[in-house]
Amino acid sequence: MENKKITIFDATLRDGSHAVKHQLDLSTIEAYCKGIDNSGVDAVFVGHGNGLGASSIQIGLSKHTDEEMLTTAKKALVHTPLGIYMIPGFGTIQDQLIPAIEWGADIFKVGAHCTEADVLKEHIEFLKNKDKDVYGVLMSTHMAENNRLLEEAKKIESYGADGIVFMDSAGALLPDKVQDLVRLVKQNTKLKIGYHGHNNLGMAVGNTLVALNAGAEIIDGTLMGFGAGAGNCQIEAIVAILQRMGMAKNINLYQIMDVAENIIEKKLKYTQGIKEVSIISGIAGVFSAFKEKVFEAAKIYDIDPRDIFMELGKRKVVGGQEDMIIDVAINLKQKKKEEAENYMVESLL
Amino acid sequence: MEKVKVGIIGSGNIGCDLLVKVTQSPYLQCSLFMGRNLDSKGMQFAQKMGITVTDKSIQALDENPSLCDIVFDATTASAHAKHFEILKKHGIYSIDLTPSLIGKMCVPVINGKECLKEPDVNMITCGGQATLPIVNAVCNIEKEIDYIEIAASISSNSAGPGTRANIDEFTQTTKLALKNFSNVANTKAIIILNPAEPPIMMHNTIYFSIKNPDMTAIEQTVKETEEKMRHYIKGYRVIKGPVLQNNILIVMVQVKGAGDYLPQYSGNLDIITSSAVKLAEMYAMEKKYGK
Repeated sequence: MENKKITIFDATLRDGSHAVKHQLDLSTIEAYCKGIDNSGVDAVFVGHGNGLGASSIQIGLSKHTDEEMLTTAKKALVHTPLGIYMIPGFGTIQDQLIPAIEWGADIFKVGAHCTEADVLKEHIEFLKNKDKDVYGVLMSTHMAENNRLLEEAKKIESYGADGIVFMDSAGALLPDKVQDLVRLVKQNTKLKIGYHGHNNLGMAVGNTLVALNAGAEIIDGTLMGFGAGAGNCQIEAIVAILQRMGMAKNINLYQIMDVAENIIEKKLKYTQGIKEVSIISGIAGVFSAFKEKVFEAAKIYDIDPRDIFMELGKRKVVGGQEDMIIDVAINLKQKKKEEAENYMVESLL
Repeated sequence: MEKVKVGIIGSGNIGCDLLVKVTQSPYLQCSLFMGRNLDSKGMQFAQKMGITVTDKSIQALDENPSLCDIVFDATTASAHAKHFEILKKHGIYSIDLTPSLIGKMCVPVINGKECLKEPDVNMITCGGQATLPIVNAVCNIEKEIDYIEIAASISSNSAGPGTRANIDEFTQTTKLALKNFSNVANTKAIIILNPAEPPIMMHNTIYFSIKNPDMTAIEQTVKETEEKMRHYIKGYRVIKGPVLQNNILIVMVQVKGAGDYLPQYSGNLDIITSSAVKLAEMYAMEKKYGK
């Protein structure tokens, strides 16, 4: 593994959007991009937490438009490519991808729930026709068996994507599954494989390392783990590990640490740690980014946010279905009057 | 009394569900079921029901236009552009279930009557049929709405290859229809596919950004709209709301299908076929019986 080139996608300004309810301001984006530029990371992804076009009541309205965020970032990134993420169903070619190309995006990730890769066909093909670097993303990979994930990966390959990124959106994956999945896809496709971990169960950095050992070559993480739920694979930590192993030598570790400290810690006051609700979302297998909306509904309807997460897990909701939080909250409120059910105990049985 | 003759182009799931609904209608009969392959599942199904089928698609109708008064197009947007030229030439009423957006956008409970005068009518999208009646009703009461958004979740099983390949059209078309039927400039549509087993029912959430709404009047109109919808889609239910949360008015609608040709969880397909058949019945009543 020593001489392997590891690609690092920095999703701080995209996934981190969830951590601040999509209120990142332009001065932060500018300062961050100036700081991270030329540090050795391979692309900086910018935009709403659920990707371009996802600013909505359903998920959360952005403080700034996609255009404002991307043009600000593009101006500040002199050496490092600018990346965008988009989920079809939220964004479209016409309203998001064509403008993003104009605003200077260089690298494109398009994502779908892990069993629905065929919705990515028209977007991947469109971007490949424009000669762009395109990665297909499968979200919430804990919700399907590895054989099924391989089928979806093959579809993404057949559409012409350069690579695939597996997202552990709920931070629910355990190392064995990560290892088997990456090996399986490595053996059966020519795709470059990326891994995007979440830290609900404290596994983000560990699982990323497992993925790399099994054949992945792209790390999709954030500085300080700034992101949805309990946060992401922390780039500084995984880079430090890789450098100890003799890899990722092109990354200026001190530079990215300084950006983490000055922007994420001091300016945005982000503190790390796995809160109980994030652990619950990991056990329930529910997308981490539901956290803020769950807290909001728990407050309005005076119920325990942990109960909401467990119930959402039972309903097998997928990323984007934030409206189900209100649906569940209203049901729980009614149920609370009738009986006190302990979801926690039930889930451990 | 003589039933009005209806043709169906496209022998996929939508075409077959339309066929079942047409055969149940007191005003309509299917006189021609048009596809390309006599061995396909849909064509076999139609033949077993004793329906006249053709593998020459619309060409069969072009050669013998008196076979149909109304045609449902359940093919693709690009195919509809060609089909409509032929239907127009023969004066056949065209009800388009593709996202082509060539004809006037139609939601039967809102503008069905106006649409009877058009040569070609577009049924928008399933998310549109499920949410626009409520959107329109609320907008008739509240004039100061800043923004409308809908999120439609459907089961993966009920999203066929067409829906998947055209997810952008769904999003764009629904957004445009929300604007057209509300007079609110700023609208958004979201679609989510959920693969959970057992399959989920179609679930729609409608959000209105609004200050100080008249909740009593809104509750009343939502209830009336739900009742109107249930005349032709029995499984149409307002399951939550209207509730007001931080200046956001929320209404949630679940659509359970009739289970005619498609499973009950395919409420998303059922609502668009039911709406199309409802419009055809309105057309039949007016043109043939002058009602």
